[in-house]
Amino acid sequence: MYKIVRKEQLSEKIYLMDVVAPRVAASCLPGQFVIVKIDDKGERIPLTICDYDREKETVTIVFQEVGESTILMKNLEVGDGFEDFVGPLGCESELCHESKEELEKKNILFVAGGVGTAPVYPQVKWLHENGYDADVIIGARSKDIIILEEEMKKVAKNVYVCTDDGSYGFKGNGCDMIKELVGNQGKKYDLVVAIGPVIMMKFTSLLTKELGIKTVVSMNPIMVDGTGMCGACRLVVGGEVKFACVDGPEFDGHLVDFDGAMKRQRMYKTQEGRAILALEEGDTHKNGGCGCGGDK
Amino acid sequence: MQVDMFKRVPVREQEPKVRATNFEEVCYGYNLEEAQAEASRCLNCKNARCISGCPVNINIPAFISQIKEGNIEQAYQVISEFSALPAICGRVCPQESQCEKYCVRGIKGDAVSIGKLERFAADWATQNNIMPKGSEEKNGKKVAVIGSGPSGLTCAGDLAKLGYDVTIFEALHEAGGVLVYGIPEFRLPKKKVVAAEIEKIKALGVKIETNVVVGKAVKIDELIEKEGFDAVFIGSGAGLPRFMNIPGETANGVMSANEYLTRSNLMKAYLDDYKTPIAAGTKVAVVGGGNVAMDAARTALRLGAEVHIVYRRSEEELPARVEEVHHAKEEGVIFDLLTNPKEILVDEDGNVSGMVCIKMELGEPDESGRRSPVEVPGSEFTMDLDTVIMSLGTSPNPLISSTTTGLEVNKRKCIVVQEETGATTKAGVYAGGDAVTGAATVILAMGAGKTAAKGIHEYLTK
Repeated sequence: MYKIVRKEQLSEKIYLMDVVAPRVAASCLPGQFVIVKIDDKGERIPLTICDYDREKETVTIVFQEVGESTILMKNLEVGDGFEDFVGPLGCESELCHESKEELEKKNILFVAGGVGTAPVYPQVKWLHENGYDADVIIGARSKDIIILEEEMKKVAKNVYVCTDDGSYGFKGNGCDMIKELVGNQGKKYDLVVAIGPVIMMKFTSLLTKELGIKTVVSMNPIMVDGTGMCGACRLVVGGEVKFACVDGPEFDGHLVDFDGAMKRQRMYKTQEGRAILALEEGDTHKNGGCGCGGDK
Repeated sequence: MQVDMFKRVPVREQEPKVRATNFEEVCYGYNLEEAQAEASRCLNCKNARCISGCPVNINIPAFISQIKEGNIEQAYQVISEFSALPAICGRVCPQESQCEKYCVRGIKGDAVSIGKLERFAADWATQNNIMPKGSEEKNGKKVAVIGSGPSGLTCAGDLAKLGYDVTIFEALHEAGGVLVYGIPEFRLPKKKVVAAEIEKIKALGVKIETNVVVGKAVKIDELIEKEGFDAVFIGSGAGLPRFMNIPGETANGVMSANEYLTRSNLMKAYLDDYKTPIAAGTKVAVVGGGNVAMDAARTALRLGAEVHIVYRRSEEELPARVEEVHHAKEEGVIFDLLTNPKEILVDEDGNVSGMVCIKMELGEPDESGRRSPVEVPGSEFTMDLDTVIMSLGTSPNPLISSTTTGLEVNKRKCIVVQEETGATTKAGVYAGGDAVTGAATVILAMGAGKTAAKGIHEYLTK
């Protein structure tokens, strides 16, 4: 069992947990992810790594309650654990391979959308520890979904918060904020790293293409094994089929087919909806009494 | 029990119509009376040709004569001297092209049912809690085995019997490799057979650490330098699925057989109380003609779909075992042979709506010796479908080879080894199974695991 040693609720539906996982904590790098499984009957859930502590042998995960499994997951408490916790999976961020000199020449802007702030954090922290401070935009629908702002301020040069509804910080989405920084404040960036909902990464990439700024996005599609075995996570990048789990999760934002990726994310929407219904209302659909023949 | 010496004792099976709707095992196997009757057909040849047909050289006449005498425990111990996974081999080995092919009985009648007898002895051992005989003394040397599939389990079992301290590292959350994620329950029961066989390997002293992706969490060089392993065996299999690269292949409803089978077998998506979803499909095409294609087709059938096997050559060239094709047909899988997909049709929501195929005919033999299929001009037609399962074979995962220094791979990403020892180009590192050969059979992988165990033993004792 992989024990939970810290749990925090970051917003109404976003939770943070530190999990003891010695092999993962010893080897993971920013940009990589893990797969967790709650119990014997659980599904394998891919989650990006938010932080890690090599000495305490813990890995920090952040997740949003969106489906049946994440609802079950938020019910776990300190002292409970995951039956399975595997990683690190995927490739580390390209930034990890750049030299100090190369980094010093660059102006990097991170754009974090909602729960995507979690995987942005270790990258900004890693850069900070290597003597380089980046700018970060944290964007969300409204104030209550802004997470990790204080932590981010400790490791970034500037943190710009924006909300769609104007309830906190700049009023507007991440793209509006980029336009404000680049257009009105005259900031110059050589690289944008955007992580968040697919739709947000799509529009960020469209904007940065116009602005001529190289852009990296981190994809989080449906997966099963996370080691290249099933191909469920395939997506089209620059006309080529890639597996997000082994070729990514980071890709060139100007080459990703976001519309295709969004369609693939809807694959199990109906089944997931039914599962949540079953969780909320009990086992009312078991025998397919409605005539649909049951769930499976 | 009356025995016709020219005919094998028939094995009881679930009725095709019944079994097409459940995941229970198709074949019930022999009972003691049937097994002894079948065993009595063995001629106990002095120069037993069956042994040379077995990739792990089981002393077949010896275990069969024990069954004949009713000494089932001894029969099991004879087998387990050679094979670590007899309950599995008895079920999934292609005996018709191995041991049974050479049986003298087969010249004038049916070959002795060696596979079914092996299965009987192994199942009997499990039911009676008989464990294989291990080594009393440990030699203090540590060996790491990467992957808990057939080659890894065999190699680990053999080394443990020789006194080595063996740890298996498995990337998934459950041990067994293809035996748990690939081969379906109805052909190879997971708890009753696979888990029970793995328990026997553990009883020999083998440790299994799951959730460790070697190449990511730890590299082979680190296992040797930091964790003190004296030798390493790589049995990481061939896990990467192939796709056809035709239009529409990223649509929802197009899956690799690996994905479909992993969801159903490893994640148990066919059972209501497991959380992993599976899009079972109502009209399914499985593209390919191997054993994996048959497994995917028969799984889809059990999940309630109408299922078509789409294969570009004719029935004669189907790479699947005859028994699997026969079972699939009995259960109602439709075979669309000499047919090849050209394009997958996708509706506006991104879901599969059909597949354009073209008819094929057989031309001249190609380098594999099989007549190569050529398109019949103008014969395109459309199949209405909601699911397409691609079962076109798999290739080795580059995760390990790309993160290990000094490990040579060929152009198909297969690890290069010396055939007699399993030694790779890196000292102390051995490999076998699909990681070396590309996708092949359970028993060939076991044979390679055995060879490597011998190679490692020689390396560590010289």
